[in-house]
Order: sequence, then structure tokens, then C-alpha cells
Amino acid sequence: MLNLGYMWELLPVLLSYLPLTLQMATIAMLLALVLACLLAVIRVTRVPVLNGLSLLFISFFRGTPLLVQLFLFYYGLPQLVEALVSINGITAAVLGLTLHFAAYMAESIRGAILGIDRSQTEAALSIGMTQSQLMRRIILPQATRVATPTLMNYFIDIIKATSLAFTLGVTELMGATQKEAASSFLYLEAFLLAAMIYWIVVEILSWGQRRLEIYLNKAYQR
Amino acid sequence: MISLEAVTKRFGQQDVFTNIDLSLERGEIIVIIGPSGTGKSTLLRCINFLERPESGRITVGDVSVDAQQASRADILKLRRRTAFVFQNYGLFANKTALENISEGMIVVDKMPKEQAHARAREILERIGLSDKADAYPAALSGGQQQRVGIGRAMAANADVILFDEPTSSLDPQWVDEVLSLMKQLAAEQQTMMIVTHEMQFARDVADRVIFMDEGQIIEQAPPEELFTAPKDPRTQRFLRKILAPTGLSLP
Repeated sequence: MLNLGYMWELLPVLLSYLPLTLQMATIAMLLALVLACLLAVIRVTRVPVLNGLSLLFISFFRGTPLLVQLFLFYYGLPQLVEALVSINGITAAVLGLTLHFAAYMAESIRGAILGIDRSQTEAALSIGMTQSQLMRRIILPQATRVATPTLMNYFIDIIKATSLAFTLGVTELMGATQKEAASSFLYLEAFLLAAMIYWIVVEILSWGQRRLEIYLNKAYQR
Repeated sequence: MISLEAVTKRFGQQDVFTNIDLSLERGEIIVIIGPSGTGKSTLLRCINFLERPESGRITVGDVSVDAQQASRADILKLRRRTAFVFQNYGLFANKTALENISEGMIVVDKMPKEQAHARAREILERIGLSDKADAYPAALSGGQQQRVGIGRAMAANADVILFDEPTSSLDPQWVDEVLSLMKQLAAEQQTMMIVTHEMQFARDVADRVIFMDEGQIIEQAPPEELFTAPKDPRTQRFLRKILAPTGLSLP
């Protein structure tokens, strides 16, 4: 039987680690979004040299497991770069999540950009906009709208992926659960509770996602 | 004040046109007619480098650009001297009618937002869409969208407005409102270059009609002359074919 009393006592303890989890996820999401937009624009406009580098970047970060990337940043890189020896687990995790998810998000944004009809691009150019004005004012606002459902899914993935940070010694929601479970030996209760917390957070986000989509689509209704 | 000298455009191995010469006076309205696929639209698109010509010189007002040496800055200058109206409108889907018109003034001409919006409202009134200022393109009819497209071109304060088949993708019931807006512009001495299949319109507003076929300017004349007494057999053949169903007469 589940020890419900223990779970009830554990709940506030675990919840106190939720803010760190959400902070890491939010920062990683915002940074990844910026980087992904840059990569997508480079890919779409085929900037020489940078386009090749973007392809390599995307290929590497999609082609290797997130956990391997996190270990590379946290344990591997300090061997090469002296300054990184003092990198803390949180920074390494946020960095890893940012790069990893930027690679995925870049491809979604690129697809969304290519989906915007060519005539708007020509119209913007015809009134004398520069390439970057065209991107910032016309293309990206529309592309992010099209990509929003996918991007929100990545945000949900990021939240769940922050749990990997515990392998870098970060005591976030997962790390805290692990510690509590190890001392109480009530693994089922502890991990079940952690799962419930992630689940509820994701459900709340999904609800927000639907509201956001309705809001973003208002310009496109007949 | 607008001139094309020896402009040549190729798509791959295919010559679209070679050595086209053409010039317009301020306030002049020319209409380009001809069979589909003869390079009329491409010619128009070369003027503002939406298509980059292989060679030739294009002059609009005080901006003169040699196609072979055109820098990004040259092209930008040329585009700021011209405005373009597209067959499928090309309205910015994320902007309202008002914003579609004010966008260029704010972003390109760096006009303060309030001033640009005030000017956009004046234009909306002239194109008869004051009540649609806050409507997004998806909520407008084809005719209304194209009028906004023309409004956006008007806002650019360009030396010339280039119209690429502005009524070709419209449902028949919207064609008249767009044509009458263009007539209104014509009456205001707006310099225009128009590619269209609307022959009656060409007759009514053009100062000069140009007939193009297979990448060449075959014949150009004032409409009363070109439509009633075309000299070249190709022009005659084209006009006979296109005018027959409309009931317009040809000698």
C-alpha cells in the first residue's frame, strides 16, 4: 500500500524545488528561441559559411542524446577550457538544454518561415524594406505564430528534460526527489509524487497553450 | 524620368527579353499588353529588381542603376523610388489594413508612428476603406485587399507605381472597384506602368499602350491609335483574338 501520509508530508518539500525547475526551463526556452530564430533565418536566407555551420550544429545536437551533451558540457569541456572548471551544474544544464532544443526548434521555425507565402516577402522588399526588417516585422511574427503549437511542445519537453540536471548534481525537483527517496526508502511514493507534479505542471501549460493559440489566431479569422 | 536602357533578362539559358528600351515621362500612364508568358510581368519586376536583370540600366528619378554593378544599396534606393501592386495583393497577413499602409512609412521612411497612421487614414479614406482600418486582410474581400495593396503603394510616395495584373486574380464583381481606384490615381497624374488584360481600361486611361510579344516590344502608340489601327500583324492578331469576345470593335 502507498504511504499517503508520507506523500502528504513530502509534497511541500518537493514543491519548494519546483521554482528552480521552472526557472531553468524558462531561461533555456527563451535562449533557445532566440538561437533557433537566428539559425532558421540563416538557413532560409542561406548566409554563406554560417549556413554550413548551422547545418553542422543542428545535425550534432539532434543527432546525439541530451544526456551525452550535458555530460560533455559539465564534465568534458572543463578539460579543454580552463575557465569552465568552475561551471556549475545549473549553468551547464541550461546551456545544454538551450543548444539541444534550439536545434530542434530551428527546424520548426524554418518550416514555418517557408510556409509564409512568397508574395509578402516580395511586397516588403518592393516598399524598400531591408532583409532584416522583412524578417523582424513580417516573417518572424507570422512564423512564430505558425510554429507556436510545436514550440510549446518543446517547452513541455524542456521542463521534463530539466530532470536530467540531477545527473550534474543539481538539486531541482528530480534531484530532491531522489534524495528524499534515498533516505526514506519509499521510492514508489516519492517518484509517483514527482511524476504527479510534472504532470500537473504540463497540464496547466497545455491549457495555456490552447488559450495562446486562440489569441494568436485572431488576426486570421474571417 | 523613368528609363530602361538595353535591359536584358534571362532565366537560365532562356532569354526572357533582350535589350529592351523604354522611357516614361512624369505623370505618364503606360499600359503593357500582350499574350501570357511574353515577359510583361518580368519586365515590370526588373524595374525594382524583384527579378535581377542580367544587364542594362534602369533609371527612376535621380536613381540610376547599372544591372551588372547593382549593389544592395542601389537596389534599395531604386525600390524606395518605386512601388509595386501585385496580382495576388501580397498584403501582410499579420497587419491590419491601416498597418499595411503605414508599415513602409514607419519602417522605411522612419516617419513617427502617429504621423504615419494619420497619413494612412487619409489614404484609407481615398481608397474608400475608412471603416476597415482595423480589419486584417483575411477579413477583407479580394477587391478590398487589392485596394489596400494600392493604398500601400500610394503611401510609398514613389515616382512610379508598377501594377502587375492587379485585377487578374479578382472575382469579376470586384474588378470595377479596383479599376476605378486606378482611374482616380490616373486623374491625379500619378505615373503608372500597368500590365493588364483589361483592354477597355487600357483604352480609357493609358497615355501610351505597349504591345509585347515573345520578349520584344512590337509596337507602342496612344490607345486610340494602337487599338484602332495597329500596324504590326502580330498586334492585329492579338487584338482581334482578345477583343472579339468583349464586343469592342476592330477595323
